[in-house]
Amino acid sequence: MKIAVCVKEVPDPGPNRHIDPDTKRMDRSGDRSLNQFDLNAIEQALRIKDQTGDGEVVLVSMGSSRALDSMRKGLGMGADRAVLVSDDAAAGGDLVATTNVLAAALQAESPDLVLFGQQASDGDGAVLWAAVADRLRMPVISQISELEIADGQATAKRQTEFGYDKIRAPLPAVLSVADSLNEPRYPSLKGIMGAKKKPQEVKSLADVGVDPGSAGEAGSRTTVLALSPPPSRGETIKIEDDGSGAQKIFEFLLERKLV
Amino acid sequence: MSTLVFLEHHGPVIQRGALGALAKAAQIDPEPVGVVIGSGVREAAAAAGRYGAKRVFVADDPALEAPLPQPRVDVLSSLVREQGFDTVIFAASVLSADVAGGVAARLGAGLNWDLADLQRDGDDLVGKRSALGDTVLVDVGWTSAPRLALIRSGAFDPAETGGEAPIEEIPVQLEDFSTRAEMVEQAHEEQTGPSIEEADILVTGGRGLGTPEKFSILEELAAALGGAVASTRAVVDSGWYPYPTQVGQTGKVVSPKLYIGAGVSGAIQHKVGMQTSQTIVSINKDPNAPIFDFSDLGIIGDLNDVVPKLTELVKERKAS
Repeated sequence: MKIAVCVKEVPDPGPNRHIDPDTKRMDRSGDRSLNQFDLNAIEQALRIKDQTGDGEVVLVSMGSSRALDSMRKGLGMGADRAVLVSDDAAAGGDLVATTNVLAAALQAESPDLVLFGQQASDGDGAVLWAAVADRLRMPVISQISELEIADGQATAKRQTEFGYDKIRAPLPAVLSVADSLNEPRYPSLKGIMGAKKKPQEVKSLADVGVDPGSAGEAGSRTTVLALSPPPSRGETIKIEDDGSGAQKIFEFLLERKLV
Repeated sequence: MSTLVFLEHHGPVIQRGALGALAKAAQIDPEPVGVVIGSGVREAAAAAGRYGAKRVFVADDPALEAPLPQPRVDVLSSLVREQGFDTVIFAASVLSADVAGGVAARLGAGLNWDLADLQRDGDDLVGKRSALGDTVLVDVGWTSAPRLALIRSGAFDPAETGGEAPIEEIPVQLEDFSTRAEMVEQAHEEQTGPSIEEADILVTGGRGLGTPEKFSILEELAAALGGAVASTRAVVDSGWYPYPTQVGQTGKVVSPKLYIGAGVSGAIQHKVGMQTSQTIVSINKDPNAPIFDFSDLGIIGDLNDVVPKLTELVKERKAS
């Protein structure tokens, strides 16, 4: 069984994250790491591989050439190899442009299973899998909190606004997993050391057969028009607990007449 | 402008969020059109006219019974192509987000998501969303039609205008891959447990609790404060606490006078269900937890220390 896990390098969460006012793109020059929600997808892929006894876990991404640094964390966890589509013409892509590139990279792999994490921590879109599934002409199940792969089928439980659905789909299929599905393992020291030697391939748009006009900004159908500061919600008082945290909350509640 | 609203239904009822999207559509286009896709949904479609739709398309077919996205992508994409709609609006939900993503790929159309507002600017449309944990407001646009807009859940209230809309049946032709996923067991409305929507004070536990047993210290705090205990999707998915107590996009939307989050990270899924709380207090070990960005008071610390102490302080006060 060949499992492709779609991953993304994202800027580290925290106060330094920002959108560049000139390019109106995410500033990706600071500290970066693998999107934390992708770790659940990698973990699940590794478990399926263990359970079936054979197979391959391939990390597939689109990003800057440095994104391989982040992808190595997934290799350290146990993924077998990494494929990164990196091309100047692919930068700044929206959902459709990203789908064009990612679907082409996935088609070249012909996976039995394509896994996504539940969202990217920098975009929060949570729509990419549905678009990729349509392009790959595969069934899709999203937001999975329990998953069983057996007899060439995926059976999944997932939460909706009304409770839990149970959905079944034959492979190949595209699945997105909730962060409650599993607890991602930490890469072992041996895993980290071994990660460097695993195959890591950087492909251009030409390599995956995508016209530059269908990728990046040129292939995008949406645009960022303006950036502005958010309406103030009032100051957040943020205090490190030194033993008086409970007292501070209590006084705050008294002040606001909430106790 | 020719605007189509995807009217998601559950049983015979069109979802409140979808009717809100219809009300918004009427502000940017005086003649908004709705579409209902399902099985046995003519009655649901008839209701759309009362909420501002000037025309309603209906795809009614047993193959559309289960609330799965891909058959809806087929029907919706054909309809948009044939009728030449330039704008399609979706109200965010698990189903609608998957439908919107699929339609974007099928039509090669631009999709903007998590929109808190949608405004008309001449022949153009401008979407407003906040990004990066609400640290920046972004105006987004589209460079071609059709424009797909996925609206943040609960962003707009339905507007009952009265009136009747003509209903038009549309053919259903499905792709082979669209019917491969099948519903084995569909979610039922869960019985209501303790009502977290009516509580003035909510103490919410997230995965940072570490174990389900830790909910007992939250229950003690909630009891002392005269409030109720709520939960996040992560803990409900893990079986730690019952689904009816869940706050968030796929749970309940609450706005209590006081929300206390313990071990809650503040993922977007959860945030949309509680961000209108009057006062937000959070306790989390992780100084980078997104919930601190929208809290009034945030304590970086161990909830196992902070919560029981706070419970004692509240109890002493009530006893005095």
